[in-house]
Amino acid sequence: MLKSIALKAALLSVLLLGCFLLVWHIATLPKQTVAAVDSEYAKLMGGGAPKSTGLPTPLQIGEAVIKHASDPFYDNGPNDKGIGIQVAFSLARVTAGFLLAAAVALPLGFFIGMSPLIYRALNPFIQVLKPISPLAWMPLALYTIKDSATSSIFVIFICSIWPMLINTAHGVASVRREWLNVAKTLEVGVLRKAFYVVLPAAAPTILTGMRISMGIAWLVIVAAEMLVGGTGIGYFVWNEWNNLSLTNVIFAILMIGVVGMLLDMLFGLLQQAATYVE
Amino acid sequence: MSSHSFLQIRELSKRYGGAPKPVFEGINVDIERGEFVCIIGHSGCGKTTILNILSGLDSASGGNVVMDGREVSGPSLDRGVVFQGHALMPWLTVAANIAFAVKSRWPDWSRERIQQHGQKYIDLVRLTGNESKKPSELSGGMKQRVGIARAFAIQPKMLLLDEPFGALDALTRGTIQDELLSICSQTQQTVFMITHDVDEAILLADKIMLMSSNTSTGPAARIAEVVVNTLPKTRTRADIHHHPQFYKIRNHLVDFLVNRSSAPTVMNSIGGIGYPPEIFPGLTSEEDSSDKSQKPSLKKIK
Repeated sequence: MLKSIALKAALLSVLLLGCFLLVWHIATLPKQTVAAVDSEYAKLMGGGAPKSTGLPTPLQIGEAVIKHASDPFYDNGPNDKGIGIQVAFSLARVTAGFLLAAAVALPLGFFIGMSPLIYRALNPFIQVLKPISPLAWMPLALYTIKDSATSSIFVIFICSIWPMLINTAHGVASVRREWLNVAKTLEVGVLRKAFYVVLPAAAPTILTGMRISMGIAWLVIVAAEMLVGGTGIGYFVWNEWNNLSLTNVIFAILMIGVVGMLLDMLFGLLQQAATYVE
Repeated sequence: MSSHSFLQIRELSKRYGGAPKPVFEGINVDIERGEFVCIIGHSGCGKTTILNILSGLDSASGGNVVMDGREVSGPSLDRGVVFQGHALMPWLTVAANIAFAVKSRWPDWSRERIQQHGQKYIDLVRLTGNESKKPSELSGGMKQRVGIARAFAIQPKMLLLDEPFGALDALTRGTIQDELLSICSQTQQTVFMITHDVDEAILLADKIMLMSSNTSTGPAARIAEVVVNTLPKTRTRADIHHHPQFYKIRNHLVDFLVNRSSAPTVMNSIGGIGYPPEIFPGLTSEEDSSDKSQKPSLKKIK
């Protein structure tokens, strides 16, 4: 039964994609220009040649995908790099910012979760800082750090820290009392308790926070790179817009979606590994 | 009642902040090494609080507890606890749950030694073959067995059980009671156990402490009586109810819980300390017991 549902769903997905591509194809078909007043004039106006709506057709996107996929890592100077290199730059920034955020958020979250006092003391700050759009930090970052690449990493850091911090604190604070009592009666030391009781107990919640953070970080990196420029998938989108190559823009959008999905799947797997059944 | 008993509870009381009267007060108990003590009482009389104070997880408002010459002031590996809800770590396998406790007790032991030691106790509670299962894959009875194995594995001086079989069905409960009885007699373990089940208490305990109720109008709860179980040590679940003393003891306990748990308690004062009287209902003659007007009709079942 389940298998047949999965199969049906897959078929339906393919069908939907087919419909979408068909509509796209029809909508972007070159339109035949109306009979010209004067054939000479029409020629001057570029008549006769098929006229496009401006939006690329699915086939053009397909060609672009094949072109980019066949040579993803070429480097012809600052404004012409392969898509693989651009994505790698973005991923490197996201990873750096995310790891920095994890290095701060996990220990701090642990600390906050363990102590109701600290939790209450820090809560107003967290509540104010959390809803700030990470890009709002950009001018401040550029002014203080004075380096655009590092600034974009800082923006990733600041946006991915909150979900991790809040989830870690919440996960740690809501570890079942029973397990802590077991640790107490076994005279388990502070560090051993933290790593062998609290951490595994809170791991699913913590990983949920990391998954959310990674999602936000991947959203933000595109915008950040559009601002900062130079390299990365966000810059690629902006650069191709300036080149008026909508084909490449659409291709980049597709890439952003695919990479984001893969990142999410990776954290989904980690989450699955850490989840326990009570 | 020597002053050198293994466990001495003196004038123990617990009052929650702001409450007009304590939950219980004047608890004086002596437990000898190797004794199995059950405590019975209605809900809310503070049984679990007493057990938590003994384990060190809770602190008393007054009085103190001395075990083996040392005052109890916090949790210790000397006192193993079997929790009501088994409290196994769901992310660890059965073997790892026990190994965690063993490693806490003997941090210097090698991995093999910890594993071997743990295996002994897994075999003891008859869970051989389930070592690599997670608690979620086990039945309720098996989980509680793991909890018992974990508590025994650290070889505590005293074992504290908080209604360990409360959530189990009658058949499973019976089997585990038998196992607990045999393990305790093998290891000469000192045990303090909370139960709601009168039959369970008679089967397992050497002494049964009866706690008076903590009603909103009446006095704080105390230990009203200590019923000494005079049934032979060799009793088993299968033959215990054929023993002539069984219903005398059982009737006495039920009688207390139904009719007398709110009655004022009379203490024997020994050396200025109020001890609950020790009662031997199993040894009273038929004439004595027939004097009691409130004798429950259960006796006639025999």
